[in-house]
Amino acid sequence: MSILHTVNKSAYERNALESCLGHTRPGDAVLLIEDGVISARAGSTAGEKLAAAMAETGVSIYALGADMAARGIPEDKLVDGVKAIDYAGFVDLAAENDAVEAWL
Amino acid sequence: MGDMNEGGSTKKFLYLNRKAPYGTVYALESLEVVLIAAAFEQDVSLAFIDDGVYQIIQGQDTTGIGMKNFSPTFNALGDYDINKLYVEKESLDERGLTEDDLMPLVYEDEDDDWAEKPSIRVVSRAEMADLMQDQDVILSF
Amino acid sequence: MKFGILVNEGPYQHQASDSAYQFARAALEKGHEVTRVFFYHDGVYNGTSYSVPPLDDRQVTKQWSELAKEHDVDLVLCVAACQRRGMMDDGEAERHGKGANNVAEGFRISGLGQLIETGIQSDRLVTFGD
Repeated sequence: MSILHTVNKSAYERNALESCLGHTRPGDAVLLIEDGVISARAGSTAGEKLAAAMAETGVSIYALGADMAARGIPEDKLVDGVKAIDYAGFVDLAAENDAVEAWL
Repeated sequence: MGDMNEGGSTKKFLYLNRKAPYGTVYALESLEVVLIAAAFEQDVSLAFIDDGVYQIIQGQDTTGIGMKNFSPTFNALGDYDINKLYVEKESLDERGLTEDDLMPLVYEDEDDDWAEKPSIRVVSRAEMADLMQDQDVILSF
Repeated sequence: MKFGILVNEGPYQHQASDSAYQFARAALEKGHEVTRVFFYHDGVYNGTSYSVPPLDDRQVTKQWSELAKEHDVDLVLCVAACQRRGMMDDGEAERHGKGANNVAEGFRISGLGQLIETGIQSDRLVTFGD
């Protein structure tokens, strides 16, 4: 059993990412979409929390490339370990995990 | 509606409530879904985390804001066999709340001579995370 | 795999409907099935035929209508949400003595039970909102 968690808000606006990371289990995936991608930029305070979560909780973290590009975040500015994916990759993650949980 | 379950399949539905009532419509319209869901005879649980715990706080009085107080509707859930309302302790603690601040929601257990039992189960964040893993469908509004 | 999609926000104000559309397109292109898109809360506004966005902007309602036509996707607007927000098909308009049908092609108005049914019948339910 594993869950794909989606987070669509910046960590600087809401607690969705923080709350999501507090409810994951090893093997889960977290996908940042829309304004959620703002949290994945390297050298940011939210980015540090993402790095810590990957190291400590065994979750995989993804960011939607189209939303990063729209917000001027190049792939080489992503926190190490966060993978950029496209919508097809989003579909794959939704299929590979057993349920999708949106942190609205 | 019973036709929906012809295959005998029952899924586990979790309604994730993270938003306070009144500021936005999500809490009210989520409750409307839960009431409809009761007719489908699925395994329904409700989770209250973050500001969602305010949906079931005692003493809601909306007369001053011109909106309907829909919190009494939570009392009816037990009659629809919806009696698993999980509330996260950490979310209560963060907001300076305890279980005593919540509405005393109950249901009558038909398997135990209709004894009145609490519907609210305060759980830790870790227990809440485990509960999420156990679901087929997670609905958030 | 069968995907169901829930859209909780209206067009233009939030990205939710755009994200849901891109997700649906990608799923269909990969050979999956999108059984139903259920529009709830302000999401029902995605189905208005009275939207006339500037021509250089994306046509959110039209995109959904075309997707429904091409791939036989069921686009359902929640009736309770519609009644609060002034979305009417012929039946609703007549019942409530209101003007005209403002539901765009490919959309239909139905009950919340359709959302639960989508959860039961699809392999995954993916939610987009605020």
